[in-house]
Amino acid sequence: MDLNTLWFVLIGVLFTGYFVLEGFDFGVGILLPFLGKTDSERRRIINTIGPVWDGNEVWILTGGGAIFAAFPHWYATLFSGFYLALLLMLLALIVRAVAFEFRSKDRHPTWRTTWDWLIFFGSVVPALLWGVALANLLQGTPIDETKTFTGGFFDLLSPYTLIAGLASLSLFTTHGAIFLNLKSTDPIQARALATTKKVGPVATVLLLLFAVGTYVWTDAFTRVGLNPGLVPLSALGSLLAAGWLIHRERMGWGFVMTALTILFATATLFVSLFPRVMVSSLNPDWSLTVYNASSTPYTLTVMSVVALIFVPIVLAYQAWTYWVFRHRITAETELEY
Amino acid sequence: MDALTLARWQFGITTVYHFFFVPLTLGLVWVLAVFQTIWYVTGDETWKRLTKFWGKLFLINFALGVATGIVQEFQFGMNWAEYSRFVGDVFGAPLAIEALLAFFLESTFLGIWIFGWDKLPKKAHLASIWLVAIGSNISALWILIANSFMQQPMGYALRGGRAEMESFWALVSNPHVFVQFPHVITAAMATAAFFMLGISAWHLARAKDDETRDAFGRSFRFAAVYGLVATVAVTVVGHGQAQYMTGVQPMKMAAAEALWETADPAPMSLFTWGDEVERKDVFAIKVPGLLSFLAHNRFSGEVEGIRELQAEYEARYGPGDYVPPVKWTYWTFRAMVGAGMVMLLLAAWATWASLKDRLGTSPYLLALLVPAIALPYIANSTGWIFTEIGRAPWIVFGLMRLDQGVSIAVTAGEVLFSLLAFTLVYAALIVADVYLLRKYARAGLKPPEPAEPALTTAAAEA
Ligand code: HDD
Ligand code: HEM
Ligand code: HEM
Repeated sequence: MDLNTLWFVLIGVLFTGYFVLEGFDFGVGILLPFLGKTDSERRRIINTIGPVWDGNEVWILTGGGAIFAAFPHWYATLFSGFYLALLLMLLALIVRAVAFEFRSKDRHPTWRTTWDWLIFFGSVVPALLWGVALANLLQGTPIDETKTFTGGFFDLLSPYTLIAGLASLSLFTTHGAIFLNLKSTDPIQARALATTKKVGPVATVLLLLFAVGTYVWTDAFTRVGLNPGLVPLSALGSLLAAGWLIHRERMGWGFVMTALTILFATATLFVSLFPRVMVSSLNPDWSLTVYNASSTPYTLTVMSVVALIFVPIVLAYQAWTYWVFRHRITAETELEY
Repeated sequence: MDALTLARWQFGITTVYHFFFVPLTLGLVWVLAVFQTIWYVTGDETWKRLTKFWGKLFLINFALGVATGIVQEFQFGMNWAEYSRFVGDVFGAPLAIEALLAFFLESTFLGIWIFGWDKLPKKAHLASIWLVAIGSNISALWILIANSFMQQPMGYALRGGRAEMESFWALVSNPHVFVQFPHVITAAMATAAFFMLGISAWHLARAKDDETRDAFGRSFRFAAVYGLVATVAVTVVGHGQAQYMTGVQPMKMAAAEALWETADPAPMSLFTWGDEVERKDVFAIKVPGLLSFLAHNRFSGEVEGIRELQAEYEARYGPGDYVPPVKWTYWTFRAMVGAGMVMLLLAAWATWASLKDRLGTSPYLLALLVPAIALPYIANSTGWIFTEIGRAPWIVFGLMRLDQGVSIAVTAGEVLFSLLAFTLVYAALIVADVYLLRKYARAGLKPPEPAEPALTTAAAEA
């Protein structure tokens, strides 16, 4: 594997880690106003992700930094091209980050309700937009021979990308509902279970539609033929397994399966892209690839050394955090921030 | 306005805004670590309560530091795409390393610190705040390595129309980092110290009970010494930085002093109203020889002026205007140094008063320290505006001009829209932020509202 491919894989890993981890944060944030009926319930719901959401978010910050360092043209074309969509996402992430910290710092009901809905907004928007964004990379966007995006905001919206957005939204919601079920006690636990059973099937249908759409609207079929390969099939397998496990109320394993679904679905997208990182809809030769968008071998080498040393360390202490905060949040748990 | 001007405004606003929160994080986190350590060692509960009190304010501030930082990470690609293509090979690396080494560390361990008070052994919990302190300061180091490359490019070669990294070591050991990093870090410490001094003074002036007097007296004494040391350091380092700048970016120094023509010995301007078009003074008060002293540590010695430098740069880089906006650089530099001088006096006074145990009898000092919280904020913002505007017209000094770095794909309308959106959201957030800071600062060690549901720690197995 050459360094360009290695970095493509690493960025794929960072995105996957982000979606698996922040995926349930988004889900919990989306469900907050609906599953928390009283103020104390809402605080408990937030506390299920309280200690970890910021650490989870750093996965995408590192992903962004890694794209900049390893594939500067990808960074430049993507973020200037998807300008307004990214703006919307950033605004959502900003208010969400602040809301987690601020909502409990004043008792006034209007204050709290406002921040709770901002958490909802700040979770729903990125959960939807990430699907839209990734699908656009694959479906292709107008990129000219100077690697410059020539379209506008509405070029990013198509039936395919919208289905992708709804699929990511529903998948993250399901993932979050299961997480909440695992981390809370009744009555939240029971409500989360009921929600899982309702949203899960929707997510399944949307993901299958997305899979079909990928054959219809992208060049996946011409590239791989009818047999999609192991990765997408694993995504399908874990999706169905998740449904079955949830039905049998084996929530711990259900969570593992939705995590795997997210993992394999993200992997599918990246595998279908490779070696391109952004497909040009104007001319296939103008697509950005891991070769024409990359940094020099020297920079990639330096970055590889740094990543090899520090990624395992980060993984170790993040895993440890999850261990420290593995307990359920009950009505008796200290709710202080 | 064109897309370039709008993009500059947006970058300036979002970054100055980010740096509103950053220094307090950087400086206060050490205080939390020290206070908690004292509690750990002595077992004196007041230190724990103080840690929690300042910790609350720290967290309110930190939330906005994180929220505004997210924008920073993507802004280069959004608005400065051509710049990103040009420098990505060099500049992306420190940014990615910052996230990997620092952001993970600070955010993960801060989560542990906030929620882990009674889930972890005391020692491990204490370690977590030290790790947050180290993480956030490492983050400052790496971002300043990136910024230093823009001020003084090192360790690169120009190939195929972009800057490519030649030596990672040259990039990270850029001498510019060694003046910039200490200045920023000591400035941050001074910021935290004045923040603490102001709030402690407010409480001391109103204290009715011994408990409050004791707790805020401790905070005050600590902050006074911390502030004095930091302010002296930021001044000394700043002086070194000015000398360094005279060597590598003489135009910035000339503009900061509105020194139109080369002079030896060079006077220091106390007040200049200049004519930027004609490049001459309209009215000025100057101290002879002082600028030479600042630049060379003696009262004679040449300091280059704007006209000569302009001619020199034209010869080197081709025709063009290489003079940064003189009014901006001149006044921001004065605002920073002026604030620094006042801070020096106040910190010395505060230290003297606390050493002499005069806090109870210094109403003027206590009253002055409250508005003085604004001083480091003024100095930090003007310091950066000076540093960044003084680099104009370059985005990367000597290599790329601002107009070459702006995104092609983004229209002026889009930038205007995002500029308005950011500004409005930021304005709303600062209102909430100041409201909460005020409320918790005034509440003192007691929680501002009765504790909510049962504060027990029973936790069922998952
Ligand atoms: C000298 C220090 C300094 C400077 C110049 C900057 N930052 Fe910053 N940044 C920090 C010091 C810092 C910090 C102390 O580490 C923060 C502030 C408060 C906080 O939460 O962490 C932070 C937060 C922060 C975050 C959120 C991290 C998280 O989620 O935990 C990001 C993504 C950035 N910054 C990115 C940037 C970029 C791309 C900058 C360049 C324009 C920048 N910062 C300037
Ligand atoms: C947090 C502290 C910082 C502040 C307050 C700050 C402030 C500013 C301001 C006011 C400008 C506008 C200058 C002009 O329009 O002429 C600017 C420009 C710029 N700065 Fe900074 N800056 C900071 C840190 C950084 C860092 C760390 C980097 C890079 C790593 C950076 C990169 C840039 C770039 C790319 C520009 C060009 C865009 C522009 O001119 O607006 N800045 N900055
Ligand atoms: C009182 C004497 C001071 C002097 C002589 C001084 C000098 C300087 C100089 C020369 C620069 C520009 C460096 C460059 O562009 O290369 C600078 C920048 C800066 N100053 Fe100061 N400064 C002083 C006080 C302060 C104080 C009190 C603070 C804040 C509390 C502060 C905060 C900053 C910041 C944040 C920057 C921008 C970052 C940087 O370039 O290092 N300064 N200062």
